[in-house]
Amino acid sequence: MGEEVKLFGVWGSPFSRRVEMALKLKGVEYEYFEEDLQNKSDLLLKYNPVHKKIPVLLHKGKPIAESAVILEYIDETWKGFPLLPKDPYQRATARFWARFVEEKCMPALFNCTVAEDRKKAVEEAHETLKLLENELKDKKFFGGEDIGFVDIIADFIGGYWLRDIQEIVGLELLTKEKFPKLCEWSDEFVNHAAIKECLPPRDKLIAFFRTRFGAKP
Amino acid sequence: MADEVVLLDFWPSPFGMRLRIALAEKGVKYEYKEEDLRNKSPLLLQSNPVHKKIPVLIHNGKAVCESVIALQYIDEVWTNKPLLPSDPYLRSQAKFWADFVDKKIYDLGRKTWTSKGDDQEAAKKEFIDCVKLLEVELGDKPFFGGETLGFVDVALVPFYSWFSVYEKFGNFSIEPECPKFIAWVKRCLEKESVSKSVPDQDKVCDFVVEMRKKLGIE
Repeated sequence: MGEEVKLFGVWGSPFSRRVEMALKLKGVEYEYFEEDLQNKSDLLLKYNPVHKKIPVLLHKGKPIAESAVILEYIDETWKGFPLLPKDPYQRATARFWARFVEEKCMPALFNCTVAEDRKKAVEEAHETLKLLENELKDKKFFGGEDIGFVDIIADFIGGYWLRDIQEIVGLELLTKEKFPKLCEWSDEFVNHAAIKECLPPRDKLIAFFRTRFGAKP
Repeated sequence: MADEVVLLDFWPSPFGMRLRIALAEKGVKYEYKEEDLRNKSPLLLQSNPVHKKIPVLIHNGKAVCESVIALQYIDEVWTNKPLLPSDPYLRSQAKFWADFVDKKIYDLGRKTWTSKGDDQEAAKKEFIDCVKLLEVELGDKPFFGGETLGFVDVALVPFYSWFSVYEKFGNFSIEPECPKFIAWVKRCLEKESVSKSVPDQDKVCDFVVEMRKKLGIE
């Protein structure tokens, strides 16, 4: 008897793709519902009345919102392929870097696409990436030998999102010269057997970014 | 071997208060170190090189930063008086609401007394709306954790010590709009772990008045 797992997401969102990656790594089957953010479904508004955002995971009829919270729920519910380590200190470290990616890296990277002082914005973004590069050190993934919690939360950086945006907007953010380890990690990330099946179709993503940001002259 | 626990903190910080409450609830002995945020100690800078912020929990020499992360760490290491429930779904709801407190209550609370004009009015309204949402989530339970203090209670109650700051400089009153919330606060304050960890509103207010004078505001 299957357990009812449903996911409300948006095809291009790194936030909802994170949840898909976690479910895929653990071999959990789910039903996917694509949301139109300009016209949110009644179900989405019912299941996430507080933030009205995707992703929302529904398990046995009960909704969970906020991708990092969803990931921890998935990790606690389906034991195969653990995303977080067992040791409390290592768990705290993973949660710290996941939070760092969400609260520092991603806003700094987005800011580069809108800031008036682009040079300053890029410098600030580089500072956050440098800290991430130092944390990765010589590990294949942030999770060690295989994908873990931090890798998934950093999908925007590891996946095609960042590299395509920077190309289209004309930014030098994640470069091999400055961040050789992160670049190597992102190649491992997009080539990982489970992850590659969860990334959005690249041509569709590029077309979306071209419209959103305007093509580089 | 005895556990060595050190807390780097700053007495008016609601984030620091969270950890004080959790450690007290679990009866963990620790050394409290007050930081001067204008002159941060080498220990703080070394323990939290990324953010250079308090609170930092140092357990047997290893530093845990970010208060919600440290709360989970405390709960996982000292398993008596659990703050999070054992059921994964209920745990996810507790984490969701703690995240809500971090994203909304802190920022909006701050805006109620640091912003001006329309921004301030909007912040005050949104702040009250968020507190009301929390009242709905609390429902008829004595605490967010049910019969006893839980994760959300510990994450949220420290902000009460700043309410008189919000009310004084924001020029509004919270209790008439959110009586259930205040009733919940009073229940929390009956617990020694909370009353000993959360300073008096007047003390926090005096601190802010002093700080504003020093910064030359008004």
